[in-house]
Amino acid sequence: MIRFENVGLRYGMGPEVLGDLNFSVEPQSFQFLTGPSGAGKTTLMRLMLLSLRPTRGTIRVFGQDSAALTKDDLTTLRRRIGAVFQDFRLLDHLTAYENVALPLRAMGRQESSYRAEVVELLRWVGLGDRMNASPPVLSGGEKQRAAIARALIVRPELLLADEPTGNVDPGLARRLLRLFVELHRLGTAVVIATHDLQLMDQFGFARRLVVGDSKLTIFDGLPS
Amino acid sequence: MNEPIVEPILAVESESSFKTNAPLIPRDSVAGRALVVVIAIMTFLACLTAGAALLVADASQAWRSDVLREATIQVKSRAGDDVESLVAKAVAIATKTPDVESVHALSQAESEKLLEPWLGAGFDLSQLPVPRLIAVQLRGQRSEDLATLRSALASAVPQADLDDHRMWAARLGAMANAVVILAAALFVLMIVAMGTAIGFATRGAVAANREVVEVLHLVGASNTFIAKEFQAHFRRLGFRGALIGGLAAIAFFAIASLLSFWWAHSPGGEEIAAMFGSFALRSLGYLALVVVCAAVTLLTGLLSREIVMRHLQNLQ
Repeated sequence: MIRFENVGLRYGMGPEVLGDLNFSVEPQSFQFLTGPSGAGKTTLMRLMLLSLRPTRGTIRVFGQDSAALTKDDLTTLRRRIGAVFQDFRLLDHLTAYENVALPLRAMGRQESSYRAEVVELLRWVGLGDRMNASPPVLSGGEKQRAAIARALIVRPELLLADEPTGNVDPGLARRLLRLFVELHRLGTAVVIATHDLQLMDQFGFARRLVVGDSKLTIFDGLPS
Repeated sequence: MNEPIVEPILAVESESSFKTNAPLIPRDSVAGRALVVVIAIMTFLACLTAGAALLVADASQAWRSDVLREATIQVKSRAGDDVESLVAKAVAIATKTPDVESVHALSQAESEKLLEPWLGAGFDLSQLPVPRLIAVQLRGQRSEDLATLRSALASAVPQADLDDHRMWAARLGAMANAVVILAAALFVLMIVAMGTAIGFATRGAVAANREVVEVLHLVGASNTFIAKEFQAHFRRLGFRGALIGGLAAIAFFAIASLLSFWWAHSPGGEEIAAMFGSFALRSLGYLALVVVCAAVTLLTGLLSREIVMRHLQNLQ
């Protein structure tokens, strides 16, 4: 699904912030991406989402070399990936409903064709009574759930979630994680960036990608 | 793992009450309002220029038509000539010419009155060889009839000269054309200035909405989709500006037309009427103003789309 081969990234003439990354995200897999703050988790997520270009190495997404992608290819690939950003990246002038419906609207679908789906998903994440509210009046947890709903609305083959439980209480965090697990069972590959060890320990079956010192270490299941 | 996944919360807003499909580019911004004002002013000026050009073109057509439907016979008497008999002979020849509608011989007093503006009233003109004038009104603008009249006069009244006013009409036409060309050049300059303002505003809007563009890209929107959103945004702004400017211009011409009827008989009014006709745009003129407004709206949308597409192509 995603394969990194000797990937490295540096900003300008600075040192490599990530180097010699070799790993792959397999279809229907579930993994946590973890590491200390500032280690490069978000940067690695951006590389996987193709919003950053590596300075060396090859990234293959859905079998295609990212360096050879045209803009249209990139658009098509991004429609197969759902992303939850650490800072949510909701559009403040749109309502929660419009934000969640955005990926479907961007595909050119008619509003009447997706209305029921969006409403159902918003109810599912507990925002059924906040559909008309805009992000500035939503709480951190509500924004988080709206961002997750936006990522899930296209039923992505790959879900990339950067700290998706960072702004919610532990109970809701656990329930959201269960939602991701359920998605994984339904066939979606999931990558969740988090530094919450307790949360990861509850899902011992998941693979762990640990970023630190510009390198990546992979543990299949709980590290010893 | 037996815990329910996410329990739906039962409180749900009425599905018919929530907003859908709001513009992706925020509608109200200071830059957007400023652009509406700029477009309104430029549309107003462009409509004024176009309207003035149409008025001058119409008036020039009317002048040329009037001037070419008239001719003047000058009878210059020499010593010993019986002027009255020469005038009568010329009148008779002109009257018999086909397509001559009417012939009016100006009396000596009428001819002398024409010189009053230059020589003053009460000047004794009896010692001056003031030519006698005969005004000939034609049914059409047929030069062959004048050629017949000219040759008939040359053989029967050699003292008579026929002036068909063509040189004067050509000068009027050239002047009117120059005014129309100048107006067209001003119109083009205004459209270019408006296009430049729209270009700056579009680049500003793309920069101000960089976050929106990024999010749209990340959720899988194509460049064409994003450009269409910007196009719709700027078309709305263009429409508002063009509507305000166009309505102001239409109101201006409607009021000017009413005022010109009011002032028609004052000395100043007559001169303005000579230059611009009745100062009333025909219905085609008003239609032209509507076309200018529609073109401004379209231009605003298309130009912004083009600029956004170029920007997005260079972005990644």
